[in-house]
Amino acid sequence: MALKMVKGSIDRMFDKNLQDLVRGIRNHKEDEAKYISQCIDEIKQELKQDNIAVKANAVCKLTYLQMLGYDISWAAFNIIEVMSASKFTFKRIGYLAASQSFHEGTDVIMLTTNQIRKDLSSPSQYDTGVALTGLSCFVTPDLARDLANDIMTLMSHTKPYIRKKAVLIMYKVFLKYPESLRPAFPRLKEKLEDPDPGVQSAAVNVICELARRNPKNYLSLAPLFFKLMTSSTNNWVLIKIIKLFGALTPLEPRLGKKLIEPLTNLIHSTSAMSLLYECVNTVIAVLISLSSGMPNHSASIQLCVQKLRILIEDSDQNLKYLGLLAMSKILKTHPKSVQSHKDLILQCLDDKDESIRLRALDLLYGMVSKKNLMEIVKKLMTHVDKAEGTTYRDELLTKIIDICSQSNYQYITNFEWYISILVELTRLEGTRHGHLIAAQMLDVAIRVKAIRKFAVSQMSALLDSAHLLASSTQRNGICEVLYAAAWICGEFSEHLQEPHHTLEAMLRPKVTTLPGHIQAVYVQNVVKLYASILQQKEQAGEAEGAQAVTQLMVDRLPQFVQSADLEVQERASCILQLVKHIQKLQAKDVPVAEEVSALFAGELNPVAPKAQKKVPVPEGLDLDAWINEPLSDSESEDERPRAVFHEEEQRRPKHRPSEADEEELARRREARKQEQANNPFYIKSSPSPQKRYQDTPGVEHIPVVQIDLSVPLKVPGLPMSDQYVKLEEERRHRQKLEKDKRRKKRKEKEKKGKRRHSSLPTESDEDIAPAQQVDIITEEMPENALPSDEDDKDPNDPYRALDIDLDKPLADSEKLPIQKHRNAETSKSPEKDVPVVEKKSKKPKKKEKKHKEKERDKEKKKKEKEKKVRLDFWLSTTPPPAPAPAPAPVPSTEELSVNAVTAPKDEYEDAKTEVQGEEDDAEGQDQDKKSPKHKKKKHKKEKEERIKGKKKSKKQPPGSEEAAGEPVQNGAPEEEQLPPESSYSLLAENSYVKMACDIRGSLQEDSQVTVAIVLENRSSSILKGMELSVLDSLNARMARPQGSSVHDGVPVPFQLPPGVSNEAQYVFTIQSIVTAQKLKGTLSFIAKNDEGATHEKLDFRLHFSCSSYLITTPCYSDAFAKLLESGDLSMSSVKVDGIRMSFQNLLAKICFHHHFSVVERVDSCASMYSRSIQGHHVCLLVKKGENSVSVDGKCSDSTLLSSLLEEMKATLAKC
Amino acid sequence: MIKAILIFNNHGKSRLSMFYQPYSEDTQQQIIRETFHLVSKRDENVCNFLEGGLLIGGSDNELIYRHYATIYFVFCVDSSESEFGILDLIQVFVETLDKCFENVCELDLIFHVDKAGLVGAPARAVSAVKNMNLPEIPRNINIGDISIKVPNLPSFK
Repeated sequence: MALKMVKGSIDRMFDKNLQDLVRGIRNHKEDEAKYISQCIDEIKQELKQDNIAVKANAVCKLTYLQMLGYDISWAAFNIIEVMSASKFTFKRIGYLAASQSFHEGTDVIMLTTNQIRKDLSSPSQYDTGVALTGLSCFVTPDLARDLANDIMTLMSHTKPYIRKKAVLIMYKVFLKYPESLRPAFPRLKEKLEDPDPGVQSAAVNVICELARRNPKNYLSLAPLFFKLMTSSTNNWVLIKIIKLFGALTPLEPRLGKKLIEPLTNLIHSTSAMSLLYECVNTVIAVLISLSSGMPNHSASIQLCVQKLRILIEDSDQNLKYLGLLAMSKILKTHPKSVQSHKDLILQCLDDKDESIRLRALDLLYGMVSKKNLMEIVKKLMTHVDKAEGTTYRDELLTKIIDICSQSNYQYITNFEWYISILVELTRLEGTRHGHLIAAQMLDVAIRVKAIRKFAVSQMSALLDSAHLLASSTQRNGICEVLYAAAWICGEFSEHLQEPHHTLEAMLRPKVTTLPGHIQAVYVQNVVKLYASILQQKEQAGEAEGAQAVTQLMVDRLPQFVQSADLEVQERASCILQLVKHIQKLQAKDVPVAEEVSALFAGELNPVAPKAQKKVPVPEGLDLDAWINEPLSDSESEDERPRAVFHEEEQRRPKHRPSEADEEELARRREARKQEQANNPFYIKSSPSPQKRYQDTPGVEHIPVVQIDLSVPLKVPGLPMSDQYVKLEEERRHRQKLEKDKRRKKRKEKEKKGKRRHSSLPTESDEDIAPAQQVDIITEEMPENALPSDEDDKDPNDPYRALDIDLDKPLADSEKLPIQKHRNAETSKSPEKDVPVVEKKSKKPKKKEKKHKEKERDKEKKKKEKEKKVRLDFWLSTTPPPAPAPAPAPVPSTEELSVNAVTAPKDEYEDAKTEVQGEEDDAEGQDQDKKSPKHKKKKHKKEKEERIKGKKKSKKQPPGSEEAAGEPVQNGAPEEEQLPPESSYSLLAENSYVKMACDIRGSLQEDSQVTVAIVLENRSSSILKGMELSVLDSLNARMARPQGSSVHDGVPVPFQLPPGVSNEAQYVFTIQSIVTAQKLKGTLSFIAKNDEGATHEKLDFRLHFSCSSYLITTPCYSDAFAKLLESGDLSMSSVKVDGIRMSFQNLLAKICFHHHFSVVERVDSCASMYSRSIQGHHVCLLVKKGENSVSVDGKCSDSTLLSSLLEEMKATLAKC
Repeated sequence: MIKAILIFNNHGKSRLSMFYQPYSEDTQQQIIRETFHLVSKRDENVCNFLEGGLLIGGSDNELIYRHYATIYFVFCVDSSESEFGILDLIQVFVETLDKCFENVCELDLIFHVDKAGLVGAPARAVSAVKNMNLPEIPRNINIGDISIKVPNLPSFK
């Protein structure tokens, strides 16, 4: 054995360590891959050894190789081995490797669960830390589910280092296992007020990250964050919070109003640019949410814009970039304020930094107006010429097109100018966006009727010079433009000046080098051209000319027939045959032009891109319904397959529609016709209403084509857009003069009493009349198209699962799966850990259950309203609340659900929603017809009492609480501070160790309780080999690992170094819970210090009080009343004298120690409710007299009740 | 959230990388290559932000980088991070490295990947910033002016 060890360590000396590996890789520059594969072989050998140090070294090298891009998934198991090393240095290597290479698909990952759990509960904070860090990288849904509870425990670890990590990793857990969000949320919220700033900021981060995805669920946290924002000085936290508010304000504009002031203060005061920037961003978000909001916010906008200008003017490129980014957000809602900085932004276009130029371009998009469009585009065009990088040039190109075409060409006053711009853009070499230009050309030519003539002349020029485009730029997309050019020339051939010339241009042999789809369009449009030439010639009586054209076609078309592109080939051969046929006819002097042009008669209308999608589903049409009933595959048919057809035939006559059906069919047919008539996509034989629509006055009567004669219609060669700018200026000047003249005239007219709008003296956008009377044909949409846009939410978005209402009270079934027993755990199969659906042996009676569901529904509604009311209330208070004193320390209970302090909240909310609540009550009663009358009366009486109480409580205006501080988030306004309490009670202690325990019931297991024992090492020696032995009673038994006997001790799964404490959990099975009981137990351990080791023992008595079987369960007053009415509860009461404590604290004590929740509180009288793990309902009525307290209890089990009351008496006596 | 941290040299050779979303090794290398091409093209005195959104995840993401001597430090983050914050974070990270190695240079990164901090350093800076929401290291930084105090990292050994 020893020999082997020595041998192992000698071997190790020859192993490469990481540095050798790195050096080796550097020395093998030429054959790196070979060297590495050799290294990997060595590593494989090393991994086979038993020595953990060797393995760790190997895994360390693998991690490096992984970063270089080598797959190391084959070593996953070895990584796990290294992770489980006891030495921290190895463990860390293991976790690092795991975090680099593990992912959800790693199959061995499930093996890590127990190891990670062990590390999480390790006494060394670094072990825990490294486990948390690693886990965050490879957490899977399974791991998240199994470990959620452990991590949640760590959130209240004593060390901030661990707390912080635990809080952060919870985010990953939420993502993978969304069910954990609700149970963990209260504690997460607690962490927002953690004394350690690191933990606090971690919590802020997690909540911000959650809220960013589903902001509406976190609106109720706004007051808390607001407080943090006004009190925190940590810029990192502030940034996050401010970002969060940015996400919340769109949902609640009133929040925005509240935020504006502190934010502007921050903007003024902060010296940190990052914070300033985020503030500005959020202010912008606020202003957007207020949109049309109040006028006095123009000051805020001005402030933002000013600050941003400072950023943009800064020499630091980063500031400039972000300034522009933020500016573009303002632009959306307040374009005017940004437009005044046009100079600055145009200046940025000259910046040497491409990112900045792109940002500036974005801004330009929103800054154009009718007035400055030409100027801006001109500037951009010069940039296009200068730009060296193709990406940037392409970006410029798309931007120019975007800018011009935005909102339906709103800003274009002269389309001839635009067409010339487009034509100029075609000269760009190597752009990818030819198709974009082509689309624009088509769009403009189709939709702007007035421009067609000009467009056609330009396009024919383009076609003429097509060889330029096609030859040099074959590979890049600019030849796409020819697609548009050909189509336009063909479709609007009547506008062509020299159609014959164009026809020849399109039939040039060079054309065959173009891409197939363009050739296809060429072929098709050649015929259109041909048709129109034929017509011209025939009308002019030039039969020979017509024949010459035909001959040209017959000569040239064969080049397309040989095309490799199927589409081109098919079209060409089809057309060739047609032309040959025409030629024959022409030879016989038959006039053919009419018929040929009939091929292309009619006009094409633009159809909106979404039109097809928007066709509404006709009424009565169910797309999911079967058209034919599916064949039923009943057993009998399966057995006799042959009979199927036979029977089918027999059945058919039965199914034949009766006469009534025939009528129905006729009616349907009629309806369908109607439907089709309205459907533009249905091809009809009859003249379509669509065509008729064109003939209707609507379109035709719009005055079209009044082309300004100052613009030459035919531009020789390719036009320069610049000349339009000049012309435009002249034109505007002229227009202005005319207008002035007209105005004078008008003034005279006005004297005669004609009322007109007096236009502003300055030249505004509206004053610029477009050069052409432009008639933009709007795109067609189907009638009664659905206005809604499709929901573009991605169903696979992982964050959607986290869209969870956090204000609902926790249901029992939602509790996190708690690890029952560490030792027992290992023997269990993993499936057993799955959080099962709530299992209850004693289910409430059916009626009751039904009722409960109803209640729950109601409660939900009510809760929502209450939540709203609370928030509304906070939002309506105008002055920003002063930083309130830190709220009372919340007792660090292990129970997550509502406890101790719920009482006043409920009441407060009740008061707010009183009216609504009553309505609910009334409803509930109406529905519950079975309830006897006298009970109703009683109920009413109760209600009256309640209302009286509420009215009293109302007298104390809730505003006063408000003024005192913040509405307390995790509880309610507290009158006085409660002393911090711990649910852990001292079990036993000696000089070595202190034991404290907490007993928790869980509704998931009706007869099990979990005992959490905290062991604290008070000595200077290390405690190990701890064993817990408990003497079982008949009634209570400890769950032990399988196979161990009753007398064996159960080991504690950790060791305790001096001064450290840790918690172990044990599960006990209880048969009857109606009486309290005690179990004797002994903790034995070995205390080891420098002087040696001693065996020590500590006896303890585990006290299972009846209260520990209770589980805090919220209950609502009407459900509570119903429960009392049901009458099958036995009653008992106690009275305790000499109590000084305030009623508030008293209730809190009962809630805390006995796991009750307050149902309702009226003055010094309160009803409380709780439920045992076995489903007993326990109701209490607590009344406070002068110096005494009386407790009346009702419970479905009288023994349980009396034991409980005894315990309560003891608690109260201590008060 | 920080989606990935990439460290590579002037020639695009990866020195350290950390991805917080699972990608296959090939994709990771592809991302590093593309990022390198984006970043290396840029001049020294241009801004440190890049919309490289398509590399990792959606268009929400951006690349924030700094270039020190022969090494690029690139962080890929989504919109919930403050751009300036990340820039400072990189600064802190580099200064931490500098503390660890005294005049840190590329060779340190190459040879001491495992040393005192390195395997730790990214993992730790990363864990501190985990998820990647800053707290520990940057806590002492005044974001506005770059007067950064590098806090003591807890020593492991």
